[in-house]
Amino acid sequence: MSLDLLVSHYNYWVVIFLMMVGFYILISRGNLVKKVVGLNVFQTSVFMLYISMGKVSGGTPPILVYGETDVLYSNPLPHVLILTAIVVGIATTSVGLALAVRIKEAYGTIEEDEINAIEARTEATE
Amino acid sequence: MLLTLLAAAGLALLRVRNLFAVVMLAGIYSLLSAGLFTVMDAVDVAFTEAAVGAGISTVLFLGALALCGHHESKPGHTPLLPLFVVLVTGGLLVWGTMDMPGFGDPANPVHHHVADHYIEESYHEIGIPNVVTSVLASYRGYDTMGETTVVFAAAVGVMILLAGRLGRRPQPEGKGDGG
Repeated sequence: MSLDLLVSHYNYWVVIFLMMVGFYILISRGNLVKKVVGLNVFQTSVFMLYISMGKVSGGTPPILVYGETDVLYSNPLPHVLILTAIVVGIATTSVGLALAVRIKEAYGTIEEDEINAIEARTEATE
Repeated sequence: MLLTLLAAAGLALLRVRNLFAVVMLAGIYSLLSAGLFTVMDAVDVAFTEAAVGAGISTVLFLGALALCGHHESKPGHTPLLPLFVVLVTGGLLVWGTMDMPGFGDPANPVHHHVADHYIEESYHEIGIPNVVTSVLASYRGYDTMGETTVVFAAAVGVMILLAGRLGRRPQPEGKGDGG
């Protein structure tokens, strides 16, 4: 029973592990570029979760085989959703990195702690 | 097997502090996930991930690093609180998967809502053998149009953010780390 559970849920669990690694990078690291990398890891793990749900054992990719009627195809719908999500993901990544570049220019650093220190100093002098 | 490799790549990403190495590892991670998508029959997703995830985003990261410098300093505070939050969240998510149907079972509810219709009828209705393409471009056409709007908004945002720097500062290359 528990071995069955392990085999049938292994994908989901590794996906959750990766998701948590991304989440941990996001909240524990101060470097802004590293945070964007963490966000990417998180995002890719969500893609894997969706694609795992779309897989049918023994199925083929959902490209119709000409003249055959009894072929087992995997579910095409998660693939479509994830194609959209990948493109949106690269858009958010690029905006995040552009923000990091601007912050580097304004503060001279992309470390969160140093930025906070600079903010505190400027507030004290005002 | 690929999943285990991916987990290893994820952990390496966490530990490494040189950001160039991090970006390269992120590229490897993307490529591995593209392999995984191929194994799970999502060929369209796999080549998009290989092109966008491993290709374009690596280039974007390298560009950002050239401007921002590539050293990450050690985190100043203890990692206990984030670790606690992550463990609790992860535990809850694993608990949530207990009710999920097993991997790859054709009787899963997700396969019997609209997917049957797409697979059986899309060739008669649209005339493209690749079901993913016909769903993307036809049944969910508005979704794809919204996606291009998002990409356009992101491009405009990046241009606004970075437009000022060209005019204002003539010597950014001298100050950077030269990566």
